[in-house]
Amino acid sequence: MIGQLIIEGLAIGACYGLFGVAVAIIYKTSEVVNFGQGEMGMISTFIAYHILIQYQFPFWLAFIITMIFAILLGMFIEFFLLRPAKDPTVLGLIIITLGAEMMLMSLVGWKWGAEQKDFAFPLSVRDTHEILPGLKLNEWTMGVFILTALIMVLLYLFFRYSNLGVAMRATQQNQNAAKIMGIKVERVFSFTWAMSSVIGAVAAMFFAARSVLDPTYMMEPFMRAFAAAVLGGLTSIPGVVLGGISLGLIENFFGYAWPHWKPIVAFVVIILVLTLKPSGLFAKHYVKKV
Amino acid sequence: MDMKRDYYEDIEIFSSNTVLAWSMAFMIFLFAFPFLVGNYYIYLANVILVHVILAVGLNILVGYTGQISLGHAGFFAIGAYGTALLMTHLPMPFLLAVIIAGLIAAFFGFIIGLPALRLEGPYLAIATLGFGLTIMHIIGTWDVFGGRMGIHAPALEMGIPELGMSLVLNTDMKIYYLILVIAILMVIGGKNLMKTRIGRAFVAIRDDDIAAEVMGVNLTIFKTLSFAVSAFYAGVAGGLFAFVVKFFDPFTFNLILSIVFLVMVVVGGLGSILGAVMGAALITYLQYDLLKNMGELPYLGDLLVSFSRKWFTVIGMDNIGGFLLGLIMVLIVIFEPLGMFGIWIRIKKYWKTWPF
Repeated sequence: MIGQLIIEGLAIGACYGLFGVAVAIIYKTSEVVNFGQGEMGMISTFIAYHILIQYQFPFWLAFIITMIFAILLGMFIEFFLLRPAKDPTVLGLIIITLGAEMMLMSLVGWKWGAEQKDFAFPLSVRDTHEILPGLKLNEWTMGVFILTALIMVLLYLFFRYSNLGVAMRATQQNQNAAKIMGIKVERVFSFTWAMSSVIGAVAAMFFAARSVLDPTYMMEPFMRAFAAAVLGGLTSIPGVVLGGISLGLIENFFGYAWPHWKPIVAFVVIILVLTLKPSGLFAKHYVKKV
Repeated sequence: MDMKRDYYEDIEIFSSNTVLAWSMAFMIFLFAFPFLVGNYYIYLANVILVHVILAVGLNILVGYTGQISLGHAGFFAIGAYGTALLMTHLPMPFLLAVIIAGLIAAFFGFIIGLPALRLEGPYLAIATLGFGLTIMHIIGTWDVFGGRMGIHAPALEMGIPELGMSLVLNTDMKIYYLILVIAILMVIGGKNLMKTRIGRAFVAIRDDDIAAEVMGVNLTIFKTLSFAVSAFYAGVAGGLFAFVVKFFDPFTFNLILSIVFLVMVVVGGLGSILGAVMGAALITYLQYDLLKNMGELPYLGDLLVSFSRKWFTVIGMDNIGGFLLGLIMVLIVIFEPLGMFGIWIRIKKYWKTWPF
């Protein structure tokens, strides 16, 4: 029983972590907190759903088309909504991303209606394999573990060795210095949004396979993923995944003991963490100098 | 905008006799309003006035103190449930109940203000957002609050029936006058608060909290005070809202509501009481009236229906309103960061120096 709880907690936690990484990548590079991340993933999942139902394409093809859509969506939002804002304040940026969230949510409601749908994801929560006596692992869980590990490794290699990854880190540290060194900061932002949108879309598909598909289904997971990201410190990617996993475990154990209060654990945890250690558990805190 | 030459010019409410005259005219219009229009528009005006109170309070926090709150629906809910439950379970006149509910909300605002001492920007946004959702969930879970089914507001009793003094406000029109008086008092109260030492301390915190601290502004007191004042406004607005809609459930106070409140303040103009009033009126009108039945608009309606049939669905047409609200939010930040107040200032400047 305990083992099962741990496995479940790790799996959902890894999924939160994955989605949190999508939020963290944008924050890391451009200091924008993207409140529309959940809805960006949501609309991508709806595109995949539409392709699967309407055109009867095989899943891999639908997946590839969706990823292309996610890339374009990320670039579109960065180019048309964030770039035109001149010297926006933190509040201004939050309003813009919230506006993007509302627009995407309404678009999906307009196109596909508010009723709940089933998303035909090849990895189901119902197909279980008993790996150890008494310990069941479903295909969805295995998929999440493999995917999270894979994306983490790829991201590590990307930020460590590729030119673009180094450019992104440089942009994060000091935009003006990066510009002087010949980095095209706008292009870096564009790429960041595309990358984050893709990771978010993948995670959103996993969430859709677990619950149902409707225009608001990503709101709660987004909050939790954000909580996870804050828990781990928004600027450190391994921290975010660790934060997600800890949040998943806490939530699962707490939910087992007091099922009624499961949905608010995440927020109590973030409020506590933010009050006690505002920069998160795994990130360095830079105090603003006068 | 205008140059202030001495202290008294800074603290007066009406900067000239013209402003005073126009304000009086507007006030008379407001009091005559229910006689001029139908019942539906009185209801709409009630909702607008409730949102005006809330927007003024939120603007004190967001526009003047520079803190971010995505949890004002939570304070709003505390006010609504607090007032309704106090009046249901205790023989309490409305005004006392709404003030107690407002103070409870203010207390929660103070609690939320404590982490805000160490947080800023996005972190504060997510902490307040978590607060709003937590309140919504607690209300939805505990049976005391009526659970997910929601509760009905009791009769709006102004006096104490046990002592033989009973005054029940039972029509929209009577409620309108109650809300109007409270709204006017609270808007003027907000405007005056900004001209006192406290208000200037808020503005100093917004402009630079470290510099403010060096100047002798106690951040602990004034940041939590700002949250408490703002939450008090939201609580009172919530208490009135309970009697305007008469029935509400936890999902009335969801995250979207918090976002819409923030939109009112941003669209109206940050750091301006007049802006908050204009923003609340415009956004509420758009949301409750104009954007609600897009298909029935003259000229544009048929076009939208056929467009929806071709590319989208006709059932989902309610969502066009949400889409336009989102678009307004983005466009305002990009093109007019000062909101409607900024536009107003520009118009005023243009005519003041006309024809130059």
